[in-house]
Amino acid sequence: MAETMQKEWEGFVGGTWTSNVNVRDFIQKNYTPYEGDESFLAGPTATTTELWNQVLDLFQKERENGGVLDMDTKIVSTVNSHEAGYLDKNKEKIVGFQTDKPLKRSLQPFGGIRMAEEACKAYGYTVDPEISYIFKHYRKTHNEGVFDVYTPEMRSARHNAIITGLPDAYGRGRIIGDYRRVALYGVDKLIEDKEHQKAVTCGTMTEDVIRLREELAEQVKALKALKAMAQRYGFDISKPASNAQEAIQWVYFGYLGAVKDQNGAAMSLGRTSTFIDIYVERDIQKGVLTEEQAQELIDHFIMKLRMVKFARTPEYNSLFSGDPQWVTESIGGMGIDGRTMVTKTSFRYLHTLENLGTAPEPNLTVLWSKRLPVAFKKYCAKLSINTSSFQYENDDLMRVTHGDDYAIACCVSSMRVGKEMQFFGARANLAKCLLYAINGGVDERLDAKTGKHNQVGPKYRPVEGDYLDYDDVMAKYTDMMQWLAKLYVDTLNCIHYMHDKYSYEALQMALHDRDVKRYFATGIAGMSVVADSLSAIKYAKVKCIRDEFGVVVDFEVEGDFPKYGNNDDRVDNIAVEILNKFMDMIRSNYCYRNGVPTTSILTITSNVVYGKKTGNTPDGRKKGQPLAPGANPMHGRDTHGAAASMASVAKLPWSNAQDGISNTFTIIPGALGKDSQVFVGDLDIESIKESLD
Amino acid sequence: MEGYIHSTESYGTVDGPGTRFVIFFQGCPMRCQYCHNPDTWAYNINERRTAESLLQEYDGLKEFYRDGGITATGGEPLVQIEFLTELFTKAKEKGIHTCLDTSGILFRQEKRDIFDQLMAVTDLVMLDIKHIDNAEHQKLTKQSNVHILEFAQYLKEKNVPVWIRHVVVPGITLQETYLRQLGTYLAGLTNMKALDVLPYHTMGEVKYENLGIPYPLKGIEPATTEQAVWARDIIMDALKEQLRKEKFGA
Repeated sequence: MAETMQKEWEGFVGGTWTSNVNVRDFIQKNYTPYEGDESFLAGPTATTTELWNQVLDLFQKERENGGVLDMDTKIVSTVNSHEAGYLDKNKEKIVGFQTDKPLKRSLQPFGGIRMAEEACKAYGYTVDPEISYIFKHYRKTHNEGVFDVYTPEMRSARHNAIITGLPDAYGRGRIIGDYRRVALYGVDKLIEDKEHQKAVTCGTMTEDVIRLREELAEQVKALKALKAMAQRYGFDISKPASNAQEAIQWVYFGYLGAVKDQNGAAMSLGRTSTFIDIYVERDIQKGVLTEEQAQELIDHFIMKLRMVKFARTPEYNSLFSGDPQWVTESIGGMGIDGRTMVTKTSFRYLHTLENLGTAPEPNLTVLWSKRLPVAFKKYCAKLSINTSSFQYENDDLMRVTHGDDYAIACCVSSMRVGKEMQFFGARANLAKCLLYAINGGVDERLDAKTGKHNQVGPKYRPVEGDYLDYDDVMAKYTDMMQWLAKLYVDTLNCIHYMHDKYSYEALQMALHDRDVKRYFATGIAGMSVVADSLSAIKYAKVKCIRDEFGVVVDFEVEGDFPKYGNNDDRVDNIAVEILNKFMDMIRSNYCYRNGVPTTSILTITSNVVYGKKTGNTPDGRKKGQPLAPGANPMHGRDTHGAAASMASVAKLPWSNAQDGISNTFTIIPGALGKDSQVFVGDLDIESIKESLD
Repeated sequence: MEGYIHSTESYGTVDGPGTRFVIFFQGCPMRCQYCHNPDTWAYNINERRTAESLLQEYDGLKEFYRDGGITATGGEPLVQIEFLTELFTKAKEKGIHTCLDTSGILFRQEKRDIFDQLMAVTDLVMLDIKHIDNAEHQKLTKQSNVHILEFAQYLKEKNVPVWIRHVVVPGITLQETYLRQLGTYLAGLTNMKALDVLPYHTMGEVKYENLGIPYPLKGIEPATTEQAVWARDIIMDALKEQLRKEKFGA
């Protein structure tokens, strides 16, 4: 790369970022931390309101139309597949849609043609027969690849829902391209860099080297396609962005290319606000941008992000309780040098919730640190109260591992932007695994087809006798988890091998370094059910009730037992022990592409579906009842208040659940403190008396 | 020694300053008609806990309580004053802010020295004045308010910081006459640091059902925030009027 300053960089402080792709260095050298309050913010412009009303109108039509406004059934979506689309070309400051029309869902069959067909069918559309034919006869999909290699055991585990939500028929997502690179360097520089990477990826042609060379070639093609896509909108993104509007537009083009290329389970944006702030500040300093105009740019950008949609099946939507895109944007946090990463544009992003009203997307995520500026904390609190529309994550915890340029993919998966990616791994149902341990690998539910129980896991010796013995169950559970961990990792290996092969995220990976760290993510469902069940077995008496097949299908709990969620070590330590054990078991397996194994406890919505498929458990939970979300205690069992409940969750070591631990927390406003309307504090009779006249 | 404890609440945000560890003591001589904790009335039941075990529970959560502390409530904590004093003494040794939420009903002049010991380790008293009119107080709580008001005067003498709490129940305490009377009285409490007017709510009703006790206030609507604000304004107004009288003469 050229080492001189480009003319688009005028006014920026140079550094290693000018000669190497290094967005963090650019940010650190150039951003302006902001410690003030929100009083500088501007409301929506007339144009913004006009456009947003148009969007609301379209959303309304979409609902009236049964969930989708329109679907593309003929053009296979790629980075540069569609003509330009607009809401109102003259009014939009930031442009670009996934197809040629707003909210028209694109056709994305690379993950699986059947899923694409089903998604269309559900809304009364039919995929063009020729496209279907091509993807069934000439162009293999990720889904077909996976099912070609699945073993009968994997199919059975999947069918019986001990491993659930696997990305084997849809895009895995959870990869964040560093979309900021498009704006900072322009696409030509990035192509040049990738060409160089490919040139030096040589030597003995092992499979790894061949694959990498092919991927780099795909990345270059994707970048070229991105340039062509932007060209359709009349922009030349081969060069760096020269002002704030371009910077936002370039970043958005990068992201838009990604969502045209991939229908991933989570298509997150990254950490863009402080990056963009540098351009906004420069324009404001130059006197070419007002606060109102700056906010308008951000409003229009966020508006576009709110309109990202995918064609998905009703089953998919029920698993995720809706139709989420997880356009997660990470905001704030602290720099490792002690300066806050909060800028005025961090405020501007959050302010969109006031200018455009509340919305679940983009998933605005505040990276919370004790040391965040007080005014920012207050603004966050105020907006949280008024909008309930964003989430918080612990920056003090994650910064230690990831530094200060990481972002969240999906809801809690942290990764350094452009340097780390993740192989998304769904989750293993550890509650069901406990039942398998008790029943020697036999599923507790009856198969609808045969009317019998399926032997899913290995035929280990089941529990004997009427009462469960803690040591016996724990020993059996450990063996069963060992089996599950291996099968789970092997299944994911198949999935990610095929995803790379048939639905490679070329554009997103083009916005990464060549040598990325790959997290091999796994997940756990049912943590609190397991902890409480084992606690019941240990501290109360649990009687087994068997059906006519001799399979334990229900339990009677005699006596009380400590329950997870009350800051009681007796049971909390069981949860910690299970997590540590399972993570070690995951680690002991081979992970595809030397992925670094992690796990998560974060089933925020799918816990309902997993619960449906899990029989009665020894903690007294009845079959079909939802598992608790994420690492939450079971509903109603945390009887010592919120702090004790959170303290139990906080005992789970993040180092062994690095992909995230979630705790869904709801509280009535009155329980957060005194109603300041009524309460009279700081009373002093003497001074009241003095002030009287 | 051990105390009878009904339960603990780890995230108390309305029982004293900051976020607090709230300990519900078992046993109460009062039978306030609006009581939302009838399950704490009976003596000598529920879990027996040592001060150490309660403070240990606090310790495990102390990160939450940096601006808060411990609140003893109930029930009536003064029923177990010896245990309460031990708990607060040990809490103070650890530098924990202590707050006593009480009706003051068990105060007796002749037991001042016992109360002195307790007050030496109490940072804040939340004194709940149920009704300012003695006859009405008896109807509402089955007890006279004489000792309660004596306790208020005792706290004033010792200059113990006090928050006054007052529940406004439509048709009972939510009446201008009584509110004014209360305000006039409070003007004399130079140790008062806050006034907390609490709108009556019906969240306790279900507990009565579970305990098989008839709910005395059945049919009375909860008080609204607006009504509580109205009541507070009247109390404050009467308080100022009284102070004005004192300052400028009648």
